[in-house]
Amino acid sequence: MTIHLEKAVSRVDGPLKVTGRALYAGEFGTADLCTGYVVNSSIAKGRILRIDTTEALKVVGVLDVLTHENRPAVASYNESYTDMDAADGKHFRPLYNDRILYSMQPVALVVAESFEAARYAASLVRVDYESEPPQADLYAQRSEAHKAPTELPPDRGDAEEAWTQAPVKVEAEYHSAAEFHNPMEMHASTVIYSTDGKLTIHDKTQGVQNSAQFISNIFGLPDGDVRVVTPFVGGAFGSGLRPQYQLVLATMAALKLKRSVRVVLSREQMFSFGHRPETLQHLKLACDQDGKLVSTIHEVMGETSSFEDFTEMVVVWSASLYQCPNVRLKYDLVPLDLYTPLDMRAPGAVLGVYALESAMDELSYAAGIDPLELRIRNFTATDPASGNNPYSSKELLECYRQGAERFGWNKRSPQPRSMKEGRQLIGYGMATGVWEAMQNPASAKAVITIDGSVVVSSATADIGTGTYTVMTQIAAECFGLPLEKVTFKLGDSTLPKAPLEGGSFTVSSVGSAVKQACEALQQQLLDQAKQDDQSPFKNFELTDVIFENGTMRIKASPQECIEITELLKQGGSPSMEALASASPKEERDNYTTATHSAVFVEVRVDEDFGTVQISRMVSAIAAGRILSLKPGRNQILGGMVWGIGMALQEEGMLDKKLARWMNHNIAEYHYPVNADIHDLDVIFVKEHDEIVNPLGAKGIGEIGIVGVAAAIANAIYHATGKRIRDLPITLDKVFQS
Amino acid sequence: MNATPVRQHRPEAESETHSISLLLNGKQVQLTVEPWTTLLDLLREHLNLTGTKKGCDHGQCGACTVLVNGTRINACLSLAVMQDGAEITTIEGLANGDQLHPMQAAFVEQDAFQCGYCTPGQICSAIGMIKEGKAKTRDEIREQMSGNLCRCGAYTNILAAIEQAMPACQGESRE
Ligand code: FES
Ligand code: FES
Repeated sequence: MTIHLEKAVSRVDGPLKVTGRALYAGEFGTADLCTGYVVNSSIAKGRILRIDTTEALKVVGVLDVLTHENRPAVASYNESYTDMDAADGKHFRPLYNDRILYSMQPVALVVAESFEAARYAASLVRVDYESEPPQADLYAQRSEAHKAPTELPPDRGDAEEAWTQAPVKVEAEYHSAAEFHNPMEMHASTVIYSTDGKLTIHDKTQGVQNSAQFISNIFGLPDGDVRVVTPFVGGAFGSGLRPQYQLVLATMAALKLKRSVRVVLSREQMFSFGHRPETLQHLKLACDQDGKLVSTIHEVMGETSSFEDFTEMVVVWSASLYQCPNVRLKYDLVPLDLYTPLDMRAPGAVLGVYALESAMDELSYAAGIDPLELRIRNFTATDPASGNNPYSSKELLECYRQGAERFGWNKRSPQPRSMKEGRQLIGYGMATGVWEAMQNPASAKAVITIDGSVVVSSATADIGTGTYTVMTQIAAECFGLPLEKVTFKLGDSTLPKAPLEGGSFTVSSVGSAVKQACEALQQQLLDQAKQDDQSPFKNFELTDVIFENGTMRIKASPQECIEITELLKQGGSPSMEALASASPKEERDNYTTATHSAVFVEVRVDEDFGTVQISRMVSAIAAGRILSLKPGRNQILGGMVWGIGMALQEEGMLDKKLARWMNHNIAEYHYPVNADIHDLDVIFVKEHDEIVNPLGAKGIGEIGIVGVAAAIANAIYHATGKRIRDLPITLDKVFQS
Repeated sequence: MNATPVRQHRPEAESETHSISLLLNGKQVQLTVEPWTTLLDLLREHLNLTGTKKGCDHGQCGACTVLVNGTRINACLSLAVMQDGAEITTIEGLANGDQLHPMQAAFVEQDAFQCGYCTPGQICSAIGMIKEGKAKTRDEIREQMSGNLCRCGAYTNILAAIEQAMPACQGESRE
């Protein structure tokens, strides 16, 4: 029995968020704060010949215009620019020299007393360029592809031969557009300059320590001089995994002017850095008459930049999701004159699984087997990609069963175009989803004070994922305290070390550290009790005692109890604290750890207009223990909404001649609004796991989106008989194909 | 060669400032504003009322929704000078001390947000929408709340929160 965990608890930071009191990176201020506004390049490739700032400097209130010619000194070696989520190659160095590497690259920062003055003056900065023709066409540049610098699972058997010989086979090419993270809060950094030259930075980031280290390194500042404090992040989805250029520019200006500076990007500028790469995938699948897979060939070509090789886990899933004796994978990158792509919610998996699960659907029709049944027949309890390691847990079959039942999959008529309501074609589609369940080393500190309250801290982030809430629940559970007695602190680089907040590994990593820190503190309290020779606790271990409402008791004889405040008094200190670090157990190496899902979708396609409505979606998730039900369900719902966006709407539109994103605003870059969302249903399938981490929780930030795009595309095929292999599936494509 | 287009330079004259008065979250305030300052920047940059969010500055996202004389508007699309004499309610003005407004309480209870950045706008918009009295069905609520984007995708719970708070809010607007 738990008191807080696995319960539907309201977010502990909810009241701050609904009253507008939660402060985000661009909302901190000081009396001397000035504002920077970024000027971006109008060309994609070439050199800056001249920057004329005369007119800009004349604007009342303008303090300075920083360019590569007058910025403070920065590190020149590439190593200094590395970060916790770096891609292979050379990190982009803002205002470093006269080279233009991509369109909308920052070329100057106007700093002024007011936002309006800075923005206006930025429009007066005149930049002359020498321009070279950029390359931004993935298809045209295919011949320039090189092998992605990442290790893939080894090939198995002879996939080509098996495909050729197989009785049932499909071959298809899938394309997906570039997507942009577009968190609601635009990237911002507020650098508070203190008179001793130390910096306190409020940066929109998924890793405060990542930003702090990055700034220390490139400006050669002692570690203690840079502190990054970001209690709230207005969404990120990966956009905050790497330090972005506004952080560097704001710091440059603060150091140069010896003043506090804030730089907030505009929505347009949110399109001037990382994105999910445009990707081209070639799939060949074959099975025998019974639907058993005999060959899987998955080849991917993703875009990257001219200065870094961006890789993600895109093809690996095809080697592990189903049992198949012959597998061949290939992953190439095509360098383009665009900014380096960036991890975006379930990076790689959403793309790779989209293609794999679309091809599985195509195979089901070729084999004449129900799409769900085909997946069940190819289910594997071990992981073929890792030499058939067992899974630490894998309730995927239960996901299929419960999801299908809730959805009513058995009401599906097998023929495409066979379900109709008036002028609406109805289609059912499904797909499997998968994501890794990782754990990274993390630390946490727990402090208990004389008033009986507990404060736990770690330098992690809450980007909307519910970190504050779930960590509070974990600590409150350990101490048997009401939630109000427990505070969790995050988002401060001076707190105990935490990994980046991403990859669905925060609960697994930081949650484990929180639990261990609480246990270490409990051990200290027990040790304190044992100091007294008469203590009834003398012969008991931590496993023999429980903590409850500010007391410590012996489980076997609960009347033996001592107040924690009493223990602290005995120890002669108003508080007691413990620091703990948690690392993945070695035992994990013998297992594959992953979350799984089964997604079922009903679409309604209007025959006259080609519009697609996602009328129902059921997602059954197996992700170990779900520690916090409200934020947990919300994460999955968010992932489903993201999947709808990916399938139907989201598309960075590139002018290939200019190598410039043209729909750089959220009226033209579409993602779902409230009216696009109908009946979404989440099932958390029970999954017991003692291997993955001490909490038995796998993390759920990504799994909700994986598979959704395929399920939708498959449902559209079922509704219309049209196989559209190009995301997003906009109505023009529904009409054309 | 490629060059940035040159814009017409604005006259150098010192800007003319304007004096306006607002009934802001129940308090009468007298302010001097520049003609180009938006209502949103007035709140966020000049009055430190950062609860109202900026998500686009172009009227595309609804994060900046506030109530002007009870009507929801995008504060980024209005100049501060245009609001002289108006009654303005922002997210900071909804709660009664520690007592959350029913819409705020419903948002917390239904977990109608993740990152919270769109939330002040959603809440103000929902209150304004209920007052408009045109949303009777779930689909109508969805439609009429579609000017408020939520990148976290919390729409299902936003709808649930609005449905929960609707009766209390309707009572309030009748008062
Ligand atoms: S900031 Fe006003 S609508 Fe987006
Ligand atoms: S809660 Fe994050 S954008 Fe709505």
